[in-house]
Amino acid sequence: MPSRLQTQARPDTLLVNMGPSHPAMHGAVRIMLELDGERILNSEVEVGYLHRGFEKTCENRTYFNLLIYTDRLNYVSPLINNVGYVMTVEKLLGLQVPERARVIRILMSELSRVSDHLTCLAAMAMECGAFTVFLYKMKAREFLWDVIEATTGARMTTSYIRVGGVRADLHPDYEAAVKKGVGETRKVLKDVHGLLDKNKIFLNRTRDVGTMSPENAVNFGWTGPALRSTGIAYDVRKAHPYLGYDRLDFEIPTGERGDNFDRYMVRMREMDQSLRIIEQCLACLPKAKPQVLAEGMEPAEAVRAARTRKPDRPIKLSPNLEGAEKAVADGILSGDRRYVLPPKEDAYTSIEGLISHFKYFMKGHGIRPPKGEAYFSVEGGNGELGYYIVSDGTDRPYRLHLRAPCLPLLASLEELIRGRYVADVIPTFGSMNIILGELDR
Amino acid sequence: MDEKGILDEIRRRFPKDVVATSSELCEETAVVRREALPGLMAFLKEKPWDFAMLLDLTCADYPERPERFEMVYHLFSLASNKRLRIKVPLSEREVVVASLASLWKNADWLEREVFDMFGIRFEGHPNLQRLFMNEAFEGHPLRKDYPLRKRQPMIPLRK
Repeated sequence: MPSRLQTQARPDTLLVNMGPSHPAMHGAVRIMLELDGERILNSEVEVGYLHRGFEKTCENRTYFNLLIYTDRLNYVSPLINNVGYVMTVEKLLGLQVPERARVIRILMSELSRVSDHLTCLAAMAMECGAFTVFLYKMKAREFLWDVIEATTGARMTTSYIRVGGVRADLHPDYEAAVKKGVGETRKVLKDVHGLLDKNKIFLNRTRDVGTMSPENAVNFGWTGPALRSTGIAYDVRKAHPYLGYDRLDFEIPTGERGDNFDRYMVRMREMDQSLRIIEQCLACLPKAKPQVLAEGMEPAEAVRAARTRKPDRPIKLSPNLEGAEKAVADGILSGDRRYVLPPKEDAYTSIEGLISHFKYFMKGHGIRPPKGEAYFSVEGGNGELGYYIVSDGTDRPYRLHLRAPCLPLLASLEELIRGRYVADVIPTFGSMNIILGELDR
Repeated sequence: MDEKGILDEIRRRFPKDVVATSSELCEETAVVRREALPGLMAFLKEKPWDFAMLLDLTCADYPERPERFEMVYHLFSLASNKRLRIKVPLSEREVVVASLASLWKNADWLEREVFDMFGIRFEGHPNLQRLFMNEAFEGHPLRKDYPLRKRQPMIPLRK
């Protein structure tokens, strides 16, 4: 069946496909352009190339098992997706998390936000020809991802934020690593400001290109940096504070014109604010008990010993449980055994722990929120990342819907590029930070 | 003007069309009849309530209910910093609801998504095509009676 654009196109115009496999199309999105020379008369955006049935899959997985699918939504800031999902479930459960876990969540969210903005602007600058900026930003992102990797054990597929807290405590060397990451990112931001802010080529391609008025942006449902670039200071962290963002000191940068350059600038300034938040988190993070890294007994030995009496020596856990030892579990996970796994040592050596562990994973048990529905949103890299979950009282969500912040952004692309040149598509698309994993679901 | 006020106001303005209201988990929800939707939304969008943003639009499928589908709209007002949820039950015999694309521009794509996933038809939609699935796709994958593992490959899978 011919598309709308094909049927409505004038006979003397040229139809060109941009994408789905195009280096500037961030994954797979197809933009059909109706061209008169270099000028775009009309366009049609086609999405769905990365659709993998996220919502259907989640409705057939338990609340614990579907966490891994949320990593793969916005794959540049997976930790924020985790936070959003987990906090929606916690809202349904009415579960509180310990103080330390709360601060770790903020820390991880902000590290992800900075890396999200870095990636977006790196790609945008590269597509405009500024390859140096790309390399600088990727370098800064590496330092931040080192922190994430050391603690969560993965770079992208983290699954680190869990219902009731976080999976493991921060890596022992996190403080130095975060400080290094923050310092390096600041240096890179300064360099990038110097390279791009007054760069004639960059300005020509971004200033007054892809301009959006505030009214139109609201009508389109824009959120996040894109909405703020039009001058509306709406940020979920300030408007509906979660995780105690209201107790932190940060500002919401806004733009004036709502063009590509403003979106670039808002993101750059937002990173400064995020780095400030990270430093505040470091300062207020409750000090953890020093980890006991004594020689422990093998798990099998502990299980055998526990048959007669509770072992008094520590147990040597598998390396992938590092940071989740019993000594630190109280600080990072809620103690409510209905929704939270017991520490592994308890599962090995006590009948209560074993039963809790077993019931957590048993079919039809596990996390079962009461009947009801909840909408909860966090500020993602691109805007308001909202989850809408309907629970029917079983261990699987009856309905799970994601409000992808990218969708309204991309829906407005046709309007933003109408009447512009083909070359303007690239920075306009780039400045929005379209993440297809999140949009197509 | 708190959110409780908005629910009272909706009940007062549309007495015959409001099926139920609730405010569980501090989320104000109004269930309204299908016929009232365009009028109600236009009323909410204007001042004084000023729900200028359509945050989200989706649907849920309850096969065992007499009215099988339930449209779910999340509105947001920048002026008062409030959210509001509107739900519209639809029976399986007539899965049609008015399109909101003329009120909010992002409703265009969101309604296409719901059409794609649930097969709800939107009256007055400018271009009601599937959004994610291909045109040759049969059925609506997010309906509860669509099997989880059913495949519809565009080219035959290799044996």
